[in-house]
Amino acid sequence: MPNSPMEKVAKATPEKVAKRIRGLSDRAIAWIFVAPSIFLLLAVNIFPLIWTIRLSFTNFRVNRPNKDVEWVGLRNYERILGDSDIWMTMQATAHFLLWTIVLQVLIGFFLAFLINKKFRGNDMWTTIIVFPMMLSPAVVGNFWTFLYQPQIGLFNYVVSFFTGADPASFSMIGDVHLAPWSIVIADTWMWTPFVMLICLAGLRSIPDSIYEAAECDRASKWRQFWTITIPMVLPFLMLAILFRGIENFKMFDLVVQLTGGGPGNITTLTSIDLKREAFEKWKTGYSSAYAVILFVTVFGLASIYVKALNKVKER
Amino acid sequence: MSYSVTEPSSRTKWFAGSMVILYAIITLLPLVWIIATGFKSPSDAIAYPPKVVFTPSLEGYVNLFTERTRVTPQMLEEAGEPTKWYDKIVHEQGAVISGKSRYGERFFNSVIIGFGSTLLCMILGTAAAYAFSRFRIPLKDDLLFFILSTRMMPPIAVSIPIFLMFRQLGLNDTHLGMILLYTAVNLSLSVWLLKGFIDEIPIEYEEAALIDGYTRFQAFYKVVLPQAATGIASTAIFCLIFAWNEYAFAVLLTSGTAQTAPPFIPTIIGVGGKDWPAVAAGATIFLVPVMVFTILLRKHLLRGITFGAVRK
Repeated sequence: MPNSPMEKVAKATPEKVAKRIRGLSDRAIAWIFVAPSIFLLLAVNIFPLIWTIRLSFTNFRVNRPNKDVEWVGLRNYERILGDSDIWMTMQATAHFLLWTIVLQVLIGFFLAFLINKKFRGNDMWTTIIVFPMMLSPAVVGNFWTFLYQPQIGLFNYVVSFFTGADPASFSMIGDVHLAPWSIVIADTWMWTPFVMLICLAGLRSIPDSIYEAAECDRASKWRQFWTITIPMVLPFLMLAILFRGIENFKMFDLVVQLTGGGPGNITTLTSIDLKREAFEKWKTGYSSAYAVILFVTVFGLASIYVKALNKVKER
Repeated sequence: MSYSVTEPSSRTKWFAGSMVILYAIITLLPLVWIIATGFKSPSDAIAYPPKVVFTPSLEGYVNLFTERTRVTPQMLEEAGEPTKWYDKIVHEQGAVISGKSRYGERFFNSVIIGFGSTLLCMILGTAAAYAFSRFRIPLKDDLLFFILSTRMMPPIAVSIPIFLMFRQLGLNDTHLGMILLYTAVNLSLSVWLLKGFIDEIPIEYEEAALIDGYTRFQAFYKVVLPQAATGIASTAIFCLIFAWNEYAFAVLLTSGTAQTAPPFIPTIIGVGGKDWPAVAAGATIFLVPVMVFTILLRKHLLRGITFGAVRK
């Protein structure tokens, strides 16, 4: 701000006085304020990232420190991309991602739409609905295993109450066909409020005057919904999908506590698989390559998505 | 009364209200169940059909905080009449208290690491956010994007080198290590949120203060900080909740002295199977503070979860 009042005052003040009055220069303060944060992030994020990339070209194993570390080039990457098990985990992740996003967007948007009808007490109910997403996923996931118990679990009881099926006849976590859905249900329970909150903000950002104009033009409510509400909420919805997509691609805590990746490998999401390779089999070099592939995937997907998001916003 | 085309009819409101309340009840069911199970006796907890009405018992809470050993009825008699209420509950299970459980320690670790990292994160975050908001910094947008991108990394992927680095530095399983790690993870959130809050404070206040003879630094802590107090408080609560809930780093990098509660609670087991009332009791004590914070935060919730992208 070259012409702001304070600059003018600063210019009018003799240099010696100015130095005494103003203490450190703005530039110095800016550096002092920003440097520690950047330094910490470099130390805890970027340095490890570079280390990971370096390790990914070696056959290093943490549990065998005395073994010679060999430079293996791209072999780790070749092995990962050619491994059919990893494609299985990718499939499990894709199933989880797709269904959680579909369900959360549908339920979340519908809820936000209802809350936006401004019935009495809607603020209070919104706060209550939001509770699950603020809680610790690991602790909650652990407790969901109790809800999913055949025979004694509340979930099975409720299902049998409404469908008449024997509550001991199915096990959400133990069954190969049901387990992928058990994690989808728990995640949807937890994160639907997140999508709801963002949609609600979108709905509230639409000025009443647009609807009034549409009403004057005798547009039906249905027409108003598709030509005003949906396009205006879309950027918000995309933002919600972006956040949920990244978060669920990284998903670890909830699922590892719920199913532990089982039965078999049916709910082994990529993060869980990576944890096994890195911290149970101790294949450090191999899992570093795996981690790099995950980084690239997340950043790639996210940046494509952000571009799409900006396009929607421009309209 | 004036008629408005955008005001929903009372019938619509009634319908919307009851649907939302129905959803709220369904969504609360698991949480109510956690809290209720904490007050059940182990046999009530695994009864079929699930018991809605039960005699409350503190067995879960006693089991959560104690280690017990099973003894023969003879020995139990020799031990004499229990003097304390918790002794009595344990005696009824045919056991005696042999010591404290680790839950207290783990919970305390969560408190230290949570508050420690939040404090550090707020100091670093407020300073950085102020600088990003008020000064011309080279490559500002790139730096801000870099800060945000650190949050996109999957924790398991980052933890491989962090595990190695911490082992070299002797930070594995220490409070300091976890505080530094959570501070770094939360910095992206705190810088982005706080920058938004500080951007909203009119720059004229500081200019007035500078003309009155304050130095930049004085203007920062005497003018800007008080103005940003609400924003700082809500950002701090978000950081605290994240550190409080974090599991992936905690389970990989801590095992003993610095282990927090989330990796510990799932490992609580009883005699012959999982002691669900004790697990539920531990979960209740751990989750209820977060619910209270959520209520305090309700006005800034949206902003916090979207890194300040959506403001109401």
